[in-house]
Amino acid sequence: MRLIPCLPVLLAASLAGPAVAETGTQAGFLWAAGPIAEAQRAHFLSIIGWMSVVIVPLFVALPVVLWRYRAGGPGAFRPDWGNSPLGEAVLWGVPALLVAVLGWNLWTETLRMDPYAPLGPDPLVIDVVTWNWGFVFVHGAAGVAEVDRLTIPAGRPVTLRMTSDSVMQSVFIPRLAGQLYAMPGMVTELNLAADGPGTFTGRNSQYNGPGFATQSFDVIALPAGEYDARIAQLAAMEGTLDAAGFDALKGDDAARPQGFGAVSDGFLAEIVGRYADPRMAGMVH
Amino acid sequence: MTPFGLLDWSDLVFAGFLRDPSVNEAVASAAGAFAVLGAVAALVVLTVKGWWRPLWSGWLTSLDHKRIGIMYVVLGLVMFARAIAEASVMRAQQMAALGEPGFLSAEHFGQLFTTHGTIMIFFVAMPLLTGIINFVMPLQIGARDVTFPLVNAVSLALTAAGAALLMVSLVVGRFSTGGWSGYPPFTGAAFSPGEGVDYWIWAVTLSSLGSTLTGMNFAVTIYKERCPGMHLFRMPLFTWTALCTSILMIFAMAPLTVATLMLALDRYAGFHFFTAGSGGDMMNYANLFWLFGHPEVYILILPAFGVWSEVFSTFSGKTLYGYTSLVIATMCIAVLSFTVWLHHFFTMGQAASINAVFGVATMLIGVPTGVKVYDWLLTMVRGRIRFRVPLILGCYFLATFVIGGLTGVLLANPTVDYGTHNSLFLVAHFHNMLIPGLLFGMFAAIHFWFPKAFGFRLHEGLGVLSAFLWMGGFLCAFMPLYALGLMGGMRRMAQLPEGPFGPLLAVALLGALMIAAGFAVFVLQLWWSVRHRDRLAVPHGDPWDGRTLEWALPAPPPEWNFAVLPEVDRRDPFDAAKLAGIAYALPDRYEDIEMPANSAVAPALGAAAFAVAFGLVWHIWWLVAFGLAAALAAIVARSFVTETTRTIPAAHVRQVTEGWRSIARVATPCPRRAEATGANRGRARPQQ
Ligand code: HEM
Ligand SMILES: [Cu+2]
Repeated sequence: MRLIPCLPVLLAASLAGPAVAETGTQAGFLWAAGPIAEAQRAHFLSIIGWMSVVIVPLFVALPVVLWRYRAGGPGAFRPDWGNSPLGEAVLWGVPALLVAVLGWNLWTETLRMDPYAPLGPDPLVIDVVTWNWGFVFVHGAAGVAEVDRLTIPAGRPVTLRMTSDSVMQSVFIPRLAGQLYAMPGMVTELNLAADGPGTFTGRNSQYNGPGFATQSFDVIALPAGEYDARIAQLAAMEGTLDAAGFDALKGDDAARPQGFGAVSDGFLAEIVGRYADPRMAGMVH
Repeated sequence: MTPFGLLDWSDLVFAGFLRDPSVNEAVASAAGAFAVLGAVAALVVLTVKGWWRPLWSGWLTSLDHKRIGIMYVVLGLVMFARAIAEASVMRAQQMAALGEPGFLSAEHFGQLFTTHGTIMIFFVAMPLLTGIINFVMPLQIGARDVTFPLVNAVSLALTAAGAALLMVSLVVGRFSTGGWSGYPPFTGAAFSPGEGVDYWIWAVTLSSLGSTLTGMNFAVTIYKERCPGMHLFRMPLFTWTALCTSILMIFAMAPLTVATLMLALDRYAGFHFFTAGSGGDMMNYANLFWLFGHPEVYILILPAFGVWSEVFSTFSGKTLYGYTSLVIATMCIAVLSFTVWLHHFFTMGQAASINAVFGVATMLIGVPTGVKVYDWLLTMVRGRIRFRVPLILGCYFLATFVIGGLTGVLLANPTVDYGTHNSLFLVAHFHNMLIPGLLFGMFAAIHFWFPKAFGFRLHEGLGVLSAFLWMGGFLCAFMPLYALGLMGGMRRMAQLPEGPFGPLLAVALLGALMIAAGFAVFVLQLWWSVRHRDRLAVPHGDPWDGRTLEWALPAPPPEWNFAVLPEVDRRDPFDAAKLAGIAYALPDRYEDIEMPANSAVAPALGAAAFAVAFGLVWHIWWLVAFGLAAALAAIVARSFVTETTRTIPAAHVRQVTEGWRSIARVATPCPRRAEATGANRGRARPQQ
């Protein structure tokens, strides 16, 4: 029983652990660097607060009950006591009220943080294609692409339109946006923004084979001017990202180019189209 | 193709080591060698000791629910040893692989988390709970056996065949790397060619068929076999949870069987249910799998809730607080568990409003669960609490379960889930529910009912030691994972990036080793207790001052359980009988009792099922045909057996019953303070 009092301490320690650890770019939403992760953190902490209404009493009462009613202890022995209407009302009532509050929060927050909802007018649209094991990011407006690295302008809303050219993957940028699956033959959308300049880790979180553990990318948020410079730098690169260039990219990890100066029209649609059912082609209007 | 299908010498794990003598292959070969040596050692012991015959006629062909239950538990414990070892190897790998590849290949690591998860769920947790329900539930409702004893044995045989397939995969070929959830298209033929996923498919399919049959058997037993007066609302809470779990098994296993069979069709016959392209839809698999998977977690936890209810009540010497509430809460959980499966893929890209609906549904389950926790706490209030091993584990369960509940509520929020899905936070959460909840519940049950099953208690001191190792081990192994998850550590990673993860991973490794050590102490405790069983004997059958019908029987109970079917008029009937001083009264008449006769059908079906599955994995089609034919032959042969029961003469029943009761009624009742000493011979002095 000696362990029980240590429990809250251990829990607190493990929750506080991250706060003191030097985590670098690899971290979760507690180190929020954008509005979505900030909202996640706030919601996370508020749930812990509300839940302590039912948890703290248990931690207080359990040692007291064990001490008081231990065999030979001071508590009265009433072996038939198994019911009390008031107790029953409290036992069901308090959790029900709590869940009502938490459920309301869940509902409103979930709708507010819809990953499909842009975080402002005029988001920057970037197409993402994942494969085993990498990512290519297409800056459609500029007609350039970068590999395993995503440059975004700090402060501006970004929309990622994502698909996969292999199995189901989950594109996850913990400090900015959370995650959403990218799946072959489908396009999903994840909206995000970075509050300020910085480097953040993004990765695939859905196991997809031996290269999974190292399938990550850097998200680099730059001030607007530097962002334009980076795009210009990409535009100067050789090569065009089209279906064939993309397949070549998948072959050789070591010789992966960093980017493409040009992107074929409708690249994303072409990759998605690889998984369309030919028999359905005529049926989609 | 050879007569052995795709099978080749180079598929032996040892051949892998000869080709490439790396640490990675050495670990695989060591595991394979361990499996082979273990099997050989078992065969040698059976032969040397001349145990084949008793094993066959006393156990393998027995239809006695108690023996089937015990065999289930043994199966679960053996598989647990393997799964724990795998967990420790994974922990060691992650420790060694900070920013570098470590000693295991990524492929091998993938097999480890897949076998660990698959074994823990289907071949540890399910057998343990099925075994304990099998043993206890018929006794608690005053029945002589389950309704379909042969089906019961067949369920066990199918489950054992699945487990055997997993063990064979240690030596022959490789296992799947697709995780316990086996998501396509990764597990489809295009991305996972070879035998691995097929091993997984057939092992899981066999287990799910066994569990479906078990669910039907238990549910019918509870509906039809209750003794006179045992109204539903007089049933012990453990039996209630067994009923809810059975209902869940009936409805929830089917989607899994369908999903694995559809995946098999994709792989074997070029169907496109779940492939990428050609009209396949991988999202349907996620739906089917979790339509099983979520109810499954309640299949796992509800029987443990039942155990905790019995434990808190018995070791407080007091009636359960809020019996009706607990029953209603259990039912609520069972029903709600079918309405929440989508929370396993909030991140699949569906509309936010759908996520919100399923999130709220998930949160609703928190209400009945919270009620239960406080009902258990109040059960101890006004009791006389005795700190035996099950109760120690129970208190720990209460404290840690609320933390798991908190993180569960957190994960129920799609907003939070976007940031924690697939992370170590999730891994910490489900182990938080499964280890203190389910696993400790099963070990509490083993401590609690072991004396009933074998006639002697388990050594108390060693039990306390292993309990403390487990409890400390769990905290070390999984509390750091919450933090690691929030720091960006994902699940299923063969290596983590360098940086802040090291210290916490070290604590987690220590925890895994403590849990393994706790299990070793548990095995030692079994061994010691068997050696000193005379000192620990409780032949009168009631070592814990029990309250329900199973304690009214000698330990171990006779094959027919009850000489005369009991009649009850209240809950906790045995407690009432003891207080009234009529607990050991002799029945006034005896009758012949019909019990199911032994049958070799179940082992035959199990062997046939194994042959079919192994043939399917390796495309050995003649073996598949042979296995199917053998199964059919066994079923046909059974239909010609006319003597399916055996009559136990009244005189024999009388002799056994009176032999026991006449001793038990004059035995010195043991006061509770001497409960853990040799003075406890299984006759309890009632507490007033
Ligand atoms: C006894 C101590 C245990 C330890 C040390 C342990 C450790 C682990 C580890 C290291 C993983 C891999 C985590 C990752 O993916 O990074 C894992 C996964 C898992 N464990 Fe355990 N575990 C234990 C007990 C259990 C029990 C009792 C169950 C279930 C009854 C269980 C079920 C699972 C499942 C389902 C997975 C997920 C496998 C997958 O990713 O597909 N574990 N465990
Ligand atoms: Cu679930």
